[in-house]
Amino acid sequence: MNTLEDHSPASTLPFSQPVLQATGLVKTYGRVVGLDGVDLELYQGEVLAVIGDNGAGKSTLIKCLTGAEIPNEGELRLNGGIVHFKRPQDAKHHGIETVYQGLAVSPALDIASNLFLGRELRKPGILGSVFRVMDTKLMRANARTELDRLGISTLQDVTVAIENLSGGQRQAVAVARAAAFGSKVVVLDEPTAALGVRESNQVLELIRRLRDQGIPVILVSHNMPQVFDVADRIHIQRLGKRAAVITPTSHTMTEAVAIMTGAAVA
Amino acid sequence: MSTSTRGAGQPLKDTPGGSGDLATEFLDRSTPLSRIRNLMHRYPALSPAIVLLVAVIIFGIISPRFFFANNLSLITQQVAVVGTLAIAQTLIILTAGIDLSVGAIMVLASMVVAQTATQNKVPAAFALLLGLLVGLAAGALNGILVTRLKLPPFIVTLGTLNIFLALTLLYSNSAAVIGQNIPPMITSTGAIFSIGGIGITYGVVAMLVLYVIMAFIMGRTAWGRHVYAVGDDKESARLAGISVNRVLLSVYVTAGAILAVGAWIQIGRADAASPNAGGELNLDSITAVVIGGTSLFGGRGTMWGSLLGALIVGVFRNGLALAGLDVLYQTLAVGVLIIVAVSLDQWIRKVRT
Repeated sequence: MNTLEDHSPASTLPFSQPVLQATGLVKTYGRVVGLDGVDLELYQGEVLAVIGDNGAGKSTLIKCLTGAEIPNEGELRLNGGIVHFKRPQDAKHHGIETVYQGLAVSPALDIASNLFLGRELRKPGILGSVFRVMDTKLMRANARTELDRLGISTLQDVTVAIENLSGGQRQAVAVARAAAFGSKVVVLDEPTAALGVRESNQVLELIRRLRDQGIPVILVSHNMPQVFDVADRIHIQRLGKRAAVITPTSHTMTEAVAIMTGAAVA
Repeated sequence: MSTSTRGAGQPLKDTPGGSGDLATEFLDRSTPLSRIRNLMHRYPALSPAIVLLVAVIIFGIISPRFFFANNLSLITQQVAVVGTLAIAQTLIILTAGIDLSVGAIMVLASMVVAQTATQNKVPAAFALLLGLLVGLAAGALNGILVTRLKLPPFIVTLGTLNIFLALTLLYSNSAAVIGQNIPPMITSTGAIFSIGGIGITYGVVAMLVLYVIMAFIMGRTAWGRHVYAVGDDKESARLAGISVNRVLLSVYVTAGAILAVGAWIQIGRADAASPNAGGELNLDSITAVVIGGTSLFGGRGTMWGSLLGALIVGVFRNGLALAGLDVLYQTLAVGVLIIVAVSLDQWIRKVRT
């Protein structure tokens, strides 16, 4: 675990407090132990990749961080303060946005509607407060601004239905929704799993852009080249525990796989 | 067509300088047929509108009596109750559900209104309020069973259909209440006024007002959008922070309120309240919604489409009757319409991949 201290990007920042910190997370399903005391730290402006074999507890870990599961033990701190998430909405309210594996966008709705789904803007005055009328124009304008800010130039017409987009563009919408509107942490669960090479690269580029804008990203992926390409630090999960935290420069891909499968110890 | 073949076969225009309008890009490489499909995909009420127009023209040519003022008036009156039930049905089908009990709830509410107003001598307005409460309660029961017990809407409403039918017969002792005994305020939905020589009942007006309100709510409010989102992809909606169960419950309760209005319209239309009315209305409302272009898989469709669907069924039945065809052929035609409408929906939905 010595690599953690050596390569923490916190050393490059004026403060060393993690944005998101999990300590001693335990999650059991009956007699099956999903998480066996996992720690995780995420610092400002970094991409932290989480890798691990199937059943290593990657998904459970992510679910505990994003409120989709409630850990049996352990604590979560967001910017130093202890938080408890009972539902995904709780995590969302605290600024932790998640992009789930199955492309969680509504295919029949257009891009702007998807970006604002669940947090629609209402018209000012009595129309909005009493009749709860949405301000579609404002939402579309804001959606355009957000997409521009994130540098997603492929999506210009925000009134196009999601189902008319390519896989990469859909994923871009999902990522944009997570990254937009002042989120503190963005969690991406296998964002490139369903995508081709070219579209994957677009998503990776988007991840880099998020980091450059100071939004820390947790990236769960099976794809080693992508992980080593985009991550600043790599959290290796093994048998429900954190086996090591490495960086793409401190270890090679082969070494990472060795740690992941238990062939080597960090 | 998967994303990968798309990427290989067709260069992606994803540079900033490339075509900005993705829809146009999508249409550009389409055949005329798939262009029609995309158009229908974007405007689900388009195909029922065309069908209605063609049907009206054809039936007008076949029988000159079709365009007579009292015939047009008759069609609107025949459509009023089914059209109102179709509003409730549309809401539920948009959430990828189905409600087999709409007719039964409507009849139960109508019997409560008529019975309390006549036998219990409750003031008319209060009787209507009781009818509204019955509608709300029945809708809430469906909604609670769907959201709390996680039962499929088909099964829930199949069960409540029988429950409501039995309650109606028990409550009313299987006896109808005739219009003369019912206070005029309650039967006022059957009263006629004239626009350009065509007699319109207040019930038809009530139905149209409901359509305007619900179309507005569905298109312009967050609640409406959430209903679409829940029907489109429940899990996505949940992950977007929408409380799926709350939306579903509110949909069933709203549907119940609309059905209570339908009960009022039905009493005026029939000038009576009969516990045996409306048995066929459950399926007729589904027919109207499906023909109106709303997808049974949820998330796609419009209120106006359902009005068009109800009108199509009304026009077909009326036009075929005027053409001298047996009533069975009307039913046969409606059956064919349903199959065609659902096949069309399946075809339109292929845009998705």
